[in-house]
Amino acid sequence: MVGYHHIKDEHTEKSLFRSRALLAFILILLALVLLALRFTYLQVWKHGSFQAQADKNRIRVQVVAPSRGMIYDRNGVLLAENKPAYRLEITAERLARPKVSGKRVSRQAALETTLAELEKLIVITPTQRHRFLRKIQQVKAFRPVSLRLSLSEAEVSRVAVNRHRLPGVEITPYLTRYYPGGDAMTHLTGYVGRIDEGDLKQLDQDNYLDNTHIGKTGVESYREALLHGQSGFQKIETNAQGRVLRVLEKKDPEAGQDLILAIDSRLQLAAWEALGDYSGSIVAIDPNNGDVLAMVSKPGFDANLFVNGITQSDYSRILNAPDRPLFNRALKGGYEPGSTFKPFVALAGLEGGTVNVDTRVFSSGEYYLPKVSRPYGDWKKGGHGWVTVRAALTQSVNTYFYELGYKLGIDAMHDYIQMFGFGQKTGIDLYGEGVGILPSRAWKRGRFDQPWYPGETVIAAIGQGYNVATPLQLASATATLAMNGKRFTPRLLLGLKKYGHKSTDWLPASEATLVPVVDPKNWAAVRGGMEDVVNSATGTARLISIDAVYRIAGKSGTSQVFKLAEGQEYDAQTIDRRLRDNALFVAWAPAEAPKIVVAIIIEHSLGGGSSTAAPIARILLDQWLLTADQVEAISSDALTQRRSVE
Amino acid sequence: MMKPSLIPGWISRPRLDYPLLAALVLVSIAGLFVLYSASDGNQRLVTNQAIRLGIGFAGLLLIALLPPRLFRHWSFWLYSLGMLLLLATAVFGEGRGADRWLDLSVVRFQPSELMKLVVPMTVAAWLHNKLLPPGWRELLVAVFIIVLPMLLIIRQPDLGTALLVGMSGVFVLFLAGIRWRVIFSFAGLAAAAAPIMWAFMHEYQRNRVRTFINPESDPLGHGWNIIQSKIAVGSGGLNGKGWMQGTQSQLEFLPEHTTDFIMGVLAEEFGLLGVLLLLSVYLFIIGRSLYLASHARDTFSRLLCGSLAMIFFVYVMVNGGMITGILPVVGIPLPLISYGGTSVVTLLAGFGLIMSAWAHRRFIR
Repeated sequence: MVGYHHIKDEHTEKSLFRSRALLAFILILLALVLLALRFTYLQVWKHGSFQAQADKNRIRVQVVAPSRGMIYDRNGVLLAENKPAYRLEITAERLARPKVSGKRVSRQAALETTLAELEKLIVITPTQRHRFLRKIQQVKAFRPVSLRLSLSEAEVSRVAVNRHRLPGVEITPYLTRYYPGGDAMTHLTGYVGRIDEGDLKQLDQDNYLDNTHIGKTGVESYREALLHGQSGFQKIETNAQGRVLRVLEKKDPEAGQDLILAIDSRLQLAAWEALGDYSGSIVAIDPNNGDVLAMVSKPGFDANLFVNGITQSDYSRILNAPDRPLFNRALKGGYEPGSTFKPFVALAGLEGGTVNVDTRVFSSGEYYLPKVSRPYGDWKKGGHGWVTVRAALTQSVNTYFYELGYKLGIDAMHDYIQMFGFGQKTGIDLYGEGVGILPSRAWKRGRFDQPWYPGETVIAAIGQGYNVATPLQLASATATLAMNGKRFTPRLLLGLKKYGHKSTDWLPASEATLVPVVDPKNWAAVRGGMEDVVNSATGTARLISIDAVYRIAGKSGTSQVFKLAEGQEYDAQTIDRRLRDNALFVAWAPAEAPKIVVAIIIEHSLGGGSSTAAPIARILLDQWLLTADQVEAISSDALTQRRSVE
Repeated sequence: MMKPSLIPGWISRPRLDYPLLAALVLVSIAGLFVLYSASDGNQRLVTNQAIRLGIGFAGLLLIALLPPRLFRHWSFWLYSLGMLLLLATAVFGEGRGADRWLDLSVVRFQPSELMKLVVPMTVAAWLHNKLLPPGWRELLVAVFIIVLPMLLIIRQPDLGTALLVGMSGVFVLFLAGIRWRVIFSFAGLAAAAAPIMWAFMHEYQRNRVRTFINPESDPLGHGWNIIQSKIAVGSGGLNGKGWMQGTQSQLEFLPEHTTDFIMGVLAEEFGLLGVLLLLSVYLFIIGRSLYLASHARDTFSRLLCGSLAMIFFVYVMVNGGMITGILPVVGIPLPLISYGGTSVVTLLAGFGLIMSAWAHRRFIR
């Protein structure tokens, strides 16, 4: 086989091959070195950045929402809790997809079948269905998507029985906020609702990543930071599809703190009940520390409707109700204080030296300003005769205060009375507090750019005209009077309880501020006048002292909603309900050592302050000051009896 | 000159080159470990691959028994058979995306894979008794031999394999010592032909080139593979994350991690040290093969073996370049490690040819 290479030169060919092979090897070596350098560049030089990218690929931080703190009243009665509820979820990838003529039905078709089955078992509104279908298109097939929240017991059991026929359908427990107190507590606790765009701008988003709800009104809103707690997180490893494979690191959330409110829910409910069908507001305060014992605004509404998204029909029903149930009257409602304002005017006059406790003024039933022919009338025709300040308060003599007001002047009146908190926020721990109006020359100039007229001083002195006060301001001011000038900021939050801790951290009351006392005799006269309102034969609210085992001091008031034309007679029975007068009553007891102050405002009352509002005060004072047995002993018809004497 | 023997002269005791065989076995076994990790501990898959490797090594030994002369004589028939099969594939072929597979009811295989061996074999056989360096006439025939199957393979469409087949033929010409001016004029011609190639390319092939040039332009689409592969390699670092610990591959961020992108798994789990070790073994295999080729006893064996060694390098370089993002994504496996039967069998058959040339070398000098 060797011999025929007569032309080919084996040796030259071989060396040619070897030189080419060597060249090839050198080039290959160079190329592989370049490749190795490329690996070195990626794996050593750029390692840190790629390591970070690999971790970013696989590690996701999931926020775990903390459980929200509960709200209790001062006796441990629950006002807001987290109640287990059930939602129905569907996971697309687990849906049954039977074969129809050899081919699996589409996921969409399987979804339709499942929804049709579910509609036989639970209620699904078109909105819920629409929202669900949109969501399930957007998420990965292994993620459950919720179709319905807060299933009823019956729905849960109906779905549970049929579960074997409904693969991919899951009933998942979750916690939802629940307010067991009903309408009476709603304005106080407020409610949580879904976080909206407005909330997002304000809150610390990192702490709310997995939260859907936030306090919207009331204590829920004001104490959001305490109730919410601190979000936890878990670092999870996911694969390329986003499925969670394992938890790498975990920090448990810190549950929100439980709040103990100063509210006494029995008193709150008693106040709510006592208002009956009337709209209105009641605020009860412990004058010794500012604790708000009751704070009622009626009508209320069911806060639970708002928690998981209120339906449009429910919302418009509540929003458009004529008596405005969404409006927190106790906190924001502005009312003419009427005669309940007189004690403060009296003190202003006495302490400022305009009058003294013995100054007597003749009440003829009419009062004329100098050079003004129009009379300012009294509620009692013919007047009350000669009265001192004490009697003027007892009988609520308008003419006495007309004259006092006129002599005092609006600015002196304003400067003194503002020390009781009128015309400014009380500083209670709630958002949205009303300011009210305590008029003065400067105020009128600023508000209307008009001068002040003497006639306006006269009616301001009986708590009318421009005067506007919130029920809370009225209660707080009356408490200051009851405490001889010692004044506390009203507060709802009494104590805090950390999750899992047994002991409660009780918060100290605010520092008391003092209204200076010039002469204790002046205060005694005013307080005496108010005691006489309830306890003397001429007192306007004398009926509520019947059977009382403690002494009550109080002041009634009636303020017009509708200005009568001259000569027109007011008749509560015939006038339109919305135009009827508001009835007011402020009171404290025991008179000598006050433990509770109440301010009651009844809108569009059939009777005046003394006949409609005062009996409610008695109920509340009994409720707070007497034992349960004693309250029981006072027959329930005592109220009706007291009312019928009228 | 040959010793008289009882065994027929064309069969000889296989005198294998054990260093090369050892390197091939080493890479194959290492590959099985990487594959076990890449497939997330899929024993069935690894067993499959082990069986294919077994078949491949058996084929290697069988081919090593046969003298190179036999292949030289058969090359024309093998070439004709290959062309027929390619034509059959074009008519009856089936496969994923591209019509590359021919279903022979027993085995499904790619005829184009066969051509990776047959084309250099035929070119080498053609030049075997020609005066080297080859003249224009020889060159023209050789080019014809190379281009004909390439066209059919491009039509399938499988650009990667077509280029490999073409290169394996061209390497034969290079080793045959064609003059540099011819090489450069062909290179110039190829460069000029590139825009024409672009016009004939399928859209998916163009996208590969586009995303190669700028992978970040389409990070979730075509660029995903390159980006994730670079992350896998880069995050491996010097020492790697450890066997079965690669997050990119275990969590399925790395695409095709048992086949074309398996080097990403290796780089992620064994780090730069693992990569350098593998590249060294590959370099040894290539160098050793070239060394064996230069000691072959005839022109055919030399040219064929040298070309096979060089094409092995192309596999390594293109695959390594692809996963590190310096070359476009072309479906070329990492030799002996990527999951897949056909390439393993073809590659080991190629080394069988090298072993055969070595086994049947002359013992003079």
